[in-house]
Amino acid sequence: MAKKVQKTMPFEEPLIQLRKKIGELREYTENAEVDLSAEISSLESRLEKLETDIYEDMKPWDRVQVARHPNRPTTLDYIPLLFEDFIELHGDRLYGDDEAIVGGIAMFNGQPVTVIGHQRGKDTKENVRRNFGMPHPEGYRKSLRLMKQAEKFNRPIICLIDTKGAYPGKAAEERGQSEAIARNLVEMAGLEVPVISIVIGEGGSGGALALGVGNHILMLENSTFSVISPEGAASILWKDAALAQTAAEAMKITAPDLLEMGIIERIIPEIRGGAHHDPVKQAEFLSSAISQSLDELNPMSGESLIDQRYDKFKGIGVFTE
Amino acid sequence: MTIIRDIFKRNRERNDPTIPSKEAKDVPEGLMCKCPECKTIVLTKEMAKLQKVCPKCDHHCKMTAHERVDSLMDEGSFESIDDHLKSSNPLGFPGYTEKVEADSEKTGLNEAVLTGKGTINGQAVVAAIMDSHFRMGSMGSVVGEKITRAVEKATAEKLPFIIFTASGGARMQEGVLSLMQMAKTSVALKRHSNEGLLFISILTHPTTGGVSASFASVGDINIAEPKALIGFAGRRVIEQTVREKLPEDFQTAEFLLAHGQLDAVVHRHKMRDTLSTLIKLHTKGAVARG
Repeated sequence: MAKKVQKTMPFEEPLIQLRKKIGELREYTENAEVDLSAEISSLESRLEKLETDIYEDMKPWDRVQVARHPNRPTTLDYIPLLFEDFIELHGDRLYGDDEAIVGGIAMFNGQPVTVIGHQRGKDTKENVRRNFGMPHPEGYRKSLRLMKQAEKFNRPIICLIDTKGAYPGKAAEERGQSEAIARNLVEMAGLEVPVISIVIGEGGSGGALALGVGNHILMLENSTFSVISPEGAASILWKDAALAQTAAEAMKITAPDLLEMGIIERIIPEIRGGAHHDPVKQAEFLSSAISQSLDELNPMSGESLIDQRYDKFKGIGVFTE
Repeated sequence: MTIIRDIFKRNRERNDPTIPSKEAKDVPEGLMCKCPECKTIVLTKEMAKLQKVCPKCDHHCKMTAHERVDSLMDEGSFESIDDHLKSSNPLGFPGYTEKVEADSEKTGLNEAVLTGKGTINGQAVVAAIMDSHFRMGSMGSVVGEKITRAVEKATAEKLPFIIFTASGGARMQEGVLSLMQMAKTSVALKRHSNEGLLFISILTHPTTGGVSASFASVGDINIAEPKALIGFAGRRVIEQTVREKLPEDFQTAEFLLAHGQLDAVVHRHKMRDTLSTLIKLHTKGAVARG
């Protein structure tokens, strides 16, 4: 069976070169009667240092690439690792079932919770079915239905955000994409149960925010949350999508940026090089972050949860009086 | 070559007498204005009397926030609030501060929305009126804050909240802070709604993006002006995504009405009366019940 090839990213190029070289030397040592172990170990320590240098100092554009990595764990990858007894619930009861958003009930550390998340596909076929994780109005209406259901049964809500944005299509407009997103924002504001929103990949604009009016917003270290994609920003601001890299820096879209602006509560650390290197370990980090948030939010009354959400969002914005 | 040049030269000479002399052309600036739709030229004064609705083609021209107040509120009743808030440049975008200042100069507003309290036929309301002449009506921190404070004022004074939207969406130069204003205004509207208070959203040309996908779409009553462009995504983006020709009336007020997204499309000349009636119908304690 062919080993699944990990897609590499440009900023990792020096590492790949060095790893290849070490591999070549190893092979050479085995075949020829020459002992190169000293060279190999020196290269290996160089590799380790290089890894530290590259992964500890990731630029915004590097993070964008990690956030978009095709093997990055998705909502449905995390669900079995984070929860027990997950039962998926479908449909908005109005029009259809949007597979770009999945949701259901599950058990987290002995507490029933509602889980909702954007879902992109792993391959072309699944991506077509899931519309590349870009929801239609029925996706948002399904999520709202599940949130209201969670409220009825007093379950905390955990939202996993991972979308390029709400789908810009004809049918989406006809069925009220704007209203569906707007309704979620207003209704989430009034939920009497804890809401934890976690950005696990790309948090693209209103389509991401529609699952984002949480008591806590957390972000994986290499996820992004933005008003527009770096490509979109570059093409509007400088009429050149190729300047996306510059835009990624200028727009301040990374987890550290959002923490600094006071928009998110916490950053969830990521496996070195990105969550896709070890989804199981990554899920452990996620799990302890959810635990921490639930410990803080579970004791709060419905009213104080609403007030906390109010104060949180009321406080976001930069201006002078 | 010279022959060709001569032709043009002759033409120019021949045309000369028909070009009005400079003095004749010198009408005072702003005396006349042209309907952007049918190109009819109308006296500006006349146009103002018509609330900027073209007498020939009924096109609803863009209004400034102050013109809107004049056409809507009882004379002298409107008192603006939060005119002192100023946008800063949180992401350090080159030229952003200057652009905001220039638009502020041009429009006489501190930001792309004018908020305050006034009366319509004697009934008190808190209103927010967006002005697309200011940075395309885009929503940054100050727009979000002004609208939120206006909603809070309406909640505190138990008054209806009315918003006239006109916006290209979130303001890119303030990045994700702009996006979060959608959530900020929403939490305030929820509190207002929980008090059983009326919120009317009037969507005017254009209302798109983040503004369309937040407060504009969640009024107890959603009204639009005729032919207003209203939508989430831009037409060009959609055409590129779906690769099909979109209908002529796509994302117009009438299109939205037909698709169940609006309560009504109301002509500007009937707007004041419509709003006045709606507010009257929501007056608390008009009939004792329960």
